[in-house]
Amino acid sequence: MIDIEHVSRVFGTGQNAVTALQDVSLHVPAGSIFGVVGQSGAGKSTLLRMVNALDRPDAGRIRVNGQTISNADPRDGGEAGIVGAALARARHDIGMVFQHFNLVGNRTVVQNVEFALEATGTPRARRRPKALEMLDLVGLAHRADDRPSQLSGGQRQRVGIARALASEPSILLSDEATSALDPETTRQILDLIKRLSRDLGLTVMLITHEMEVVKRICDSTALMEHGRVIESGTLEELIGTRESRVSQQLFPVGDHPPTPGNSVVDITYSGLDSNNAVIARTARELDLDLSILGAAMETVNGRQMGRTRLAIPGGDAQAQRVVDAVSRPGITAWIVQEVAR
Amino acid sequence: MIDITSPDFWPELFWTLLAGTWETIYMVGIAMIITLIVGLPMGIVVVGTEKGRFLEAPFGQRWIGAALHHSITFIVNLGRSVPFIVLMIALIPVTRALLGSFVGTGPAILPLTVVAIPFFVRIVEIAIREVDPGLFEAAESLGASRWLTVRRVIMPQATPSIILGSATTLTSIINFSAMVGVVGGGGLGQVAVTYGQQRYSWVHIVFVILILFVLVQAIQGVLTALAKHYGLPVPRRRWFGRRRDAQDALLASEANIPHETPTDPSLEGDRK
Ligand SMILES: Nc1ncnc2c1ncn2[C@@H]1O[C@H](COP(=O)(O)OP(=O)(O)O)[C@@H](O)[C@H]1O
Ligand SMILES: [Mg+2]
Repeated sequence: MIDIEHVSRVFGTGQNAVTALQDVSLHVPAGSIFGVVGQSGAGKSTLLRMVNALDRPDAGRIRVNGQTISNADPRDGGEAGIVGAALARARHDIGMVFQHFNLVGNRTVVQNVEFALEATGTPRARRRPKALEMLDLVGLAHRADDRPSQLSGGQRQRVGIARALASEPSILLSDEATSALDPETTRQILDLIKRLSRDLGLTVMLITHEMEVVKRICDSTALMEHGRVIESGTLEELIGTRESRVSQQLFPVGDHPPTPGNSVVDITYSGLDSNNAVIARTARELDLDLSILGAAMETVNGRQMGRTRLAIPGGDAQAQRVVDAVSRPGITAWIVQEVAR
Repeated sequence: MIDITSPDFWPELFWTLLAGTWETIYMVGIAMIITLIVGLPMGIVVVGTEKGRFLEAPFGQRWIGAALHHSITFIVNLGRSVPFIVLMIALIPVTRALLGSFVGTGPAILPLTVVAIPFFVRIVEIAIREVDPGLFEAAESLGASRWLTVRRVIMPQATPSIILGSATTLTSIINFSAMVGVVGGGGLGQVAVTYGQQRYSWVHIVFVILILFVLVQAIQGVLTALAKHYGLPVPRRRWFGRRRDAQDALLASEANIPHETPTDPSLEGDRK
């Protein structure tokens, strides 16, 4: 569980000041996979680095599993956050993987994983077996004695994951872990993260600039822009939210020139096999000549979700009747555009 | 004048050169060992105590880090800006106070060490700066102590460059050791002066040059091989364009940059 409360961070001073984070609050529930999306420079890395105190906030508080990691609110009892041995212990409970893997090139794969165990003070005799066990978990035990440079990008990231999880953390942070990988390798790595998070009960906070990543493994997501979180929630919630940019990016239905006499209605659905039957039935029941302007359907996090944009003749009242008729748990609809005149 | 045709000439030459070579190796060797012991930690500390680095605040105190950083920087800059001949003369009273004398191979070690340390600290500093900052971040994220990070991350990554730099350091200590010979420090430099300059024996000069050349070649060869053993990238020979891809991939992998097709890199400029 990660709690980020009213966190701000400004780099530099005076004219050169850059506000990387501005009053950001997020809650990442235990056991979930939470994705933070946004363009480059939105402040995602800065936010993630707050969680394991690689960076400290100028304002606000960060807690992990109830423990205060950083606290920049002076009114809050003056407790500034943990340092020293307590911080090291907290970090043993938070694994992190990186875009460029950050493996020590002059040491072998297994030595890279052992380093994580050495950091936790694991006795020498237990390091090698545990490191090999971790490599086995990511399917790389047979490459234990290779150098990272002998591995492909995807394999290196799997070593990065083995290293991050060697100390048996409850939290995994991922900073663009798949951004340097090709699409196929990206899918493999994401599936691995998903499988491990389920098997090991991990809480995952990952940041990415690719919707693909969110779509494939995230339960919840937050969209960042210019240092602010502009929307956040579970994917189901966001998909059913009219203004959601995440939803619009996941399901682009296009901009269609309004046809005179028609209203435009969006229907979004999550967790159903298909809404086509619903639309067809509604059209039949209301005896309407619906036309589909656009539709986007995706397997999101293993479930079918999507959005359909309809043109409805017969005035706004008619459009409202369609909205009422289709709405039910799992389906949300709204009028995008009233009758064009 | 020296008589090359005299029956004693060649044996005498042999023993003179042997003694000179041994003295050179002895003083250069000891000076290098001291340089390593003193210079390595100084190099690590001078980089580490920089703002935002792993030793920024030793014992939780920023001022200690700043003080260490500035004093080492000062010493290094001072040491590097004084010409060796001046340094040697300036150190005479110090040497005499410490060792009771300032002539001979033993006392020569002091100025050699003093000139080599700042040079070597720079080499260590550069080698450590080359270590990918991402590795420090990874070590930090794992909750590794500073000492462990130095041993398991910084040293493995910086060792090849430091070994190569040691070859350069050794070569320049040999250089300076010849100058020490001129003022009675012993070694091959003194052989060159006493026989070559004062007694006009070009044979001695030629042999001194030859021995020094072989010495430097051997050091460079052995240490380069050692650096490769510790992970120095070995560039592949490239005759035709065809090899280029293989080499790019190799270099990319050495730099820990993935060479699989990246997804649109323009989308994510990361801050490194
Ligand atoms: N250490 C730093 N010093 C100065 N500016 C920084 C630093 N880290 C990040 N920034 C700035 O903060 C902003 C957010 O950066 P970042 O968190 O890396 O974004 P993202 O990960 O979303 O691409 C950028 O404008 C970046 O230039
Ligand atoms: Mg980033």
